[in-house]
Amino acid sequence: MTGKTHIYLTVNGETFDACVEPRMLAADFLRDELGLTGTHVGCEHGVCGTCTITLNGVSARSCLMLAVQLDGMDVQTVEGLGTMRKMHRIQEAFREHHALQCGFCTPGFLMTVHDILNTMPLRDDDEIRDALSGNICRCTGYEHIVKAVRTLVNERDGVQTP
Amino acid sequence: MKPAPFEYVRPETLAEAVTALDHEDAKIIAGGQSLLPMMNFRLAQPERLVDINRIVELGQIEKTESGIRIGALVRHAEAARSDLLADHFPIIREAMPHVAHVAIRNRGTIAGSLCHADPAAEWPLLVTLLEGEIEILGGNGPRKAKPAEFFLAPLVTDIEETELVTGIYLPLPDAPCGMAFDEVAQRAGDFAVVAAGALVCVKGGQFAEVRLGLGGVFDTSVRGSALEKALTGKPATTEAIDSALPLAVEDLEPNDDLHASAAYRLSLVPVLARRVLTRAMKVAAT
Ligand SMILES: Cc1cc2nc3c(=O)[nH]c(=O)nc-3n(C[C@H](O)[C@H](O)[C@H](O)COP(=O)(O)OP(=O)(O)OC[C@H]3O[C@@H](n4cnc5c(N)ncnc54)[C@H](O)[C@@H]3O)c2cc1C
Ligand code: FES
Ligand code: FES
Repeated sequence: MTGKTHIYLTVNGETFDACVEPRMLAADFLRDELGLTGTHVGCEHGVCGTCTITLNGVSARSCLMLAVQLDGMDVQTVEGLGTMRKMHRIQEAFREHHALQCGFCTPGFLMTVHDILNTMPLRDDDEIRDALSGNICRCTGYEHIVKAVRTLVNERDGVQTP
Repeated sequence: MKPAPFEYVRPETLAEAVTALDHEDAKIIAGGQSLLPMMNFRLAQPERLVDINRIVELGQIEKTESGIRIGALVRHAEAARSDLLADHFPIIREAMPHVAHVAIRNRGTIAGSLCHADPAAEWPLLVTLLEGEIEILGGNGPRKAKPAEFFLAPLVTDIEETELVTGIYLPLPDAPCGMAFDEVAQRAGDFAVVAAGALVCVKGGQFAEVRLGLGGVFDTSVRGSALEKALTGKPATTEAIDSALPLAVEDLEPNDDLHASAAYRLSLVPVLARRVLTRAMKVAAT
């Protein structure tokens, strides 16, 4: 099948039925075919992390997947996290802590944080930094991103902070 | 950039996969975490891509009488989570956080890592240290390869384009032993500059078995055979380890590259070897 292939998938709770060329990357499918431009593309070789989405609940690089591989998957992009008027708690924490400047890296960070809050203990800031090491930010210097995540981890664990 | 056009085939069984691979220029895609970067940059332009992700039987971790079989498609994250693996080979859980980043560990597979054969990658080192066997299937049926036969050079293995790796087999060590892993990388998740793993058995206060595996210092993962031989039978002490450390760098030929000089890599070998051997010895003694 060099020709177009049918795929059925769920994106942010909505089902789609599409026809894609095998060489189309998942990131390009989301952006160009579905118009979900919240997923950004920086490097196309897995290094920058800004294209991070979740697949069946766990994070993945959408530049290192083919659109045909999304067949049968439950995909979530940053658009599925919250809206301008009703932000997700992770987005609120990023705003409160000034964890973004230009915002190019932010969708990838949000989707990564969404995953690691569910799957990792994140006992201290070193562990948070390690867990975020796959996402590059050229603006913030990371300090505020780590603070936002620390706040979210404390909320998750029921830790009171002064 | 974007991949060049290719034909996409998605077998659901091993038999279908073997048939699909019987083609001029076919390539397997597993996690895609090494292959897709190369295709995006057009360093790889296969005519046919064989996607093995739907072959369910490749995703299992099973205990057999004498060891553990890990299916080709087991992801780095799944290996890290597996209690069965951690009970018998705790070094795997210890090493996995060093493999790339969260999202990449969720997709990347064990066999993909072995077939990509980066000399600094963690899985080739673990399989070399744990004396595993690589299980391969082709048109002529199944065969097995030892790490020393499988890894030939950086990014070069003994696998034909018409074959696929179906899994690895890790034999349980004969006696209770300690294991430890450590590496130096520029940032968390980067490929190691140098990586080291150790497996140590202690009996009556002496080293009954010593294994040292090193990555990033040669064309493939290597064993520190001279050091292993020298330590076996010696009293299990840090002094004994220290006096054997110069043997760990024997015969190593690391390369200078973008990330580190050969001299720096060599200087890390005794440091990391000391850390993992000492830690493995302490675990073995308890
Ligand atoms: C930013 C980044 C950082 C990384 N850091 C590290 C790191 O620190 N340590 C590390 O070890 N790895 C690292 N990796 C690589 C990662 O671990 C990959 O998962 C792994 O190297 C390849 O596995 P894969 O399943 O994605 O294979 P793929 O990319 O799908 O395939 C890789 C190669 O193996 C072949 N292949 C795959 N499966 C089989 C099979 N069953 N039989 C025969 N051939 C097969 C393919 O044809 C291809 O040639 C990193 C990757 C990225 C993008
Ligand atoms: S665009 Fe996918 S990691 Fe950079
Ligand atoms: S906010 Fe600009 S790159 Fe992160």
